[in-house]
Amino acid sequence: MERELRLMKGNEAVAEAAIRAGADGYFGYPITPQSEILEYLMGANPMETTGMVVLQAESEVAAINMVYGGAGCGKKVMTSSSSPGISLKQEGITYIAGSELPCLIVNVVRGGPGLGTIQPAQSDYFQAVKGGGHGDYHLIVLAPASVQEMADFVDLGFELAFKYRNPVMMLSDGAIGQMMEKVWLSPQKERSKTVPEWATTGKPPTRERNIITSLELNPDNQEKFNQKLVEKYNRIRENEVRFEEFQCSDADYLLVAYGTSARICQKSVQLARGEGLKVGLLRPITLFPFPSKRLSELAEKVSLMISVEMSAGQMVEDVLLSVNGKVPVYHYGRMGGIVPTPDEVVAFLKSKIIGG
Amino acid sequence: MAEVTGIKEIIKPENLVYKRTSVMTDETLHYCPGCGHGTVHRILAEIIDEEGLQSETIGITPVGCSVFLYHYLDIDSQEAAHGRAPALATAIKRLMPEKFVFTYQGDGDLAAIGTSETIHACNRGENFLIIFINNGIYGMTGGQMAPTTLPGMKSSTSPFGRDVKTMGNPLKMTDIVATLPGTYYVTRQSVHTPANVRKTKKAIRKAVQYQKLNKGTCFVEVVSNCPSNWKMTPVQANKWMEENMFPFYPLGDLKDPEKQSTEQK
Repeated sequence: MERELRLMKGNEAVAEAAIRAGADGYFGYPITPQSEILEYLMGANPMETTGMVVLQAESEVAAINMVYGGAGCGKKVMTSSSSPGISLKQEGITYIAGSELPCLIVNVVRGGPGLGTIQPAQSDYFQAVKGGGHGDYHLIVLAPASVQEMADFVDLGFELAFKYRNPVMMLSDGAIGQMMEKVWLSPQKERSKTVPEWATTGKPPTRERNIITSLELNPDNQEKFNQKLVEKYNRIRENEVRFEEFQCSDADYLLVAYGTSARICQKSVQLARGEGLKVGLLRPITLFPFPSKRLSELAEKVSLMISVEMSAGQMVEDVLLSVNGKVPVYHYGRMGGIVPTPDEVVAFLKSKIIGG
Repeated sequence: MAEVTGIKEIIKPENLVYKRTSVMTDETLHYCPGCGHGTVHRILAEIIDEEGLQSETIGITPVGCSVFLYHYLDIDSQEAAHGRAPALATAIKRLMPEKFVFTYQGDGDLAAIGTSETIHACNRGENFLIIFINNGIYGMTGGQMAPTTLPGMKSSTSPFGRDVKTMGNPLKMTDIVATLPGTYYVTRQSVHTPANVRKTKKAIRKAVQYQKLNKGTCFVEVVSNCPSNWKMTPVQANKWMEENMFPFYPLGDLKDPEKQSTEQK
């Protein structure tokens, strides 16, 4: 079967990609700006074609706990939501991380705090990258910057989730979720018939019982488990960093941006270069693990860095940690559902060059 | 030595009248003396064994006194967050419709923090079994007021007795779920006498058999005791339960398809 070219919203692309990736189940709850994912799946009715379960849960809390149950059976399961709903899911997410289960969680971010706005934002970076729920854990965080990547990261997300037995979050935003672009869709994959050895599918006489739990009352054992997680996160840091560079080779100044902000910054780089300023862009694709090593290398070549985010300044902390004082690092951000313009970014850059 | 030989003489397969059911592990139960949990665990294990369901069963363990149920049953289990067991069970059963799935939940888990998950799973008619142990108190955390604590009943968070004007009335979850079209079999039992143990076993067996029909949620409440947090001896606790809990939570079937069809005739 050939790849197929379609014009789709980012949210629709996630839904179609989930079916084609051979997902076993999707459990969701409506919230703007991502309800198209559940709507598309309900309309596509994949139970009739691939056998994929699609269920509208009574709440985000129930939806993520359905994902927990399904993941414990070794199934390829996912959920999606937007910021306030993702906050509700944090309980389930920490249990999934604590039980070392694979799953995919899509966050189509809107502005906050609280009910906030339904417009795009990148203000859930801390929540996605630094924990979100209680306890020491990390998600693998993928940041798509196009409808194509929203589709592609479904498959990649499941692959990484199963490789590391760890929940993966696709941190998108309301702009990419809602905008339409052309997207190449992968051919239909068959749903996996492989049952992981740890899955709870009923205990046959040939093996010991499988237990999915994050409970351990013995502190020595719990610390050993925490240590095991730390080692896993270090393996992920070692092997799974993904980023894209745009005109970095001769850059004097570096913009760092992901998702929608990276799309804006790409234009800013072109505008600035038109005025003779050698600007480059580093776009982190994985936010955890963060491309710290590469940023540290680039800090030897450029004279300043600007973290451009639709937030009050969140990723900028990781940029600061990465360059460790080697160059000045600034934050430029818009909030409340406002997407910065390429000109604004260039103007901010110029002010810092003159200021420096 | 002669005495030891005597015991060996007695322990012969032909003399065996009672043994640990194979679905229970040999782990020592952590429950307080007189608690009903151990009895219900045993009943459940016997039925899984007798119905040949060990390789088909996925059990969902709650948060509460029975949090370690998975230590005692030799089956595949998942430990849910507090109150979320029906959400896990929903997904598991839908992803593997051929399996037998049950949740085991206490009153705090099922009737307070998990009210939403319980009602919606029952309302969708999810095809799994819910076992609900109701002793009117939070046991594991040390005797706080539960949604099912009786009016006037003392607990560590209702030290002067449950005042229904400020603390609300006890929630009869079993009566509520029995009104939902999604439930197929709803019953309330107890395990405080041998006769009641037999009735509960019969009810759980019936629920397990009904599950195979995929006609909706089966819900078995077991009204139970908590000698430690009620601050009574096991005998006193059972007597108190008969005199106070049973009038409020009367035993018997609330919904049984067999009886309904008989009544209709």
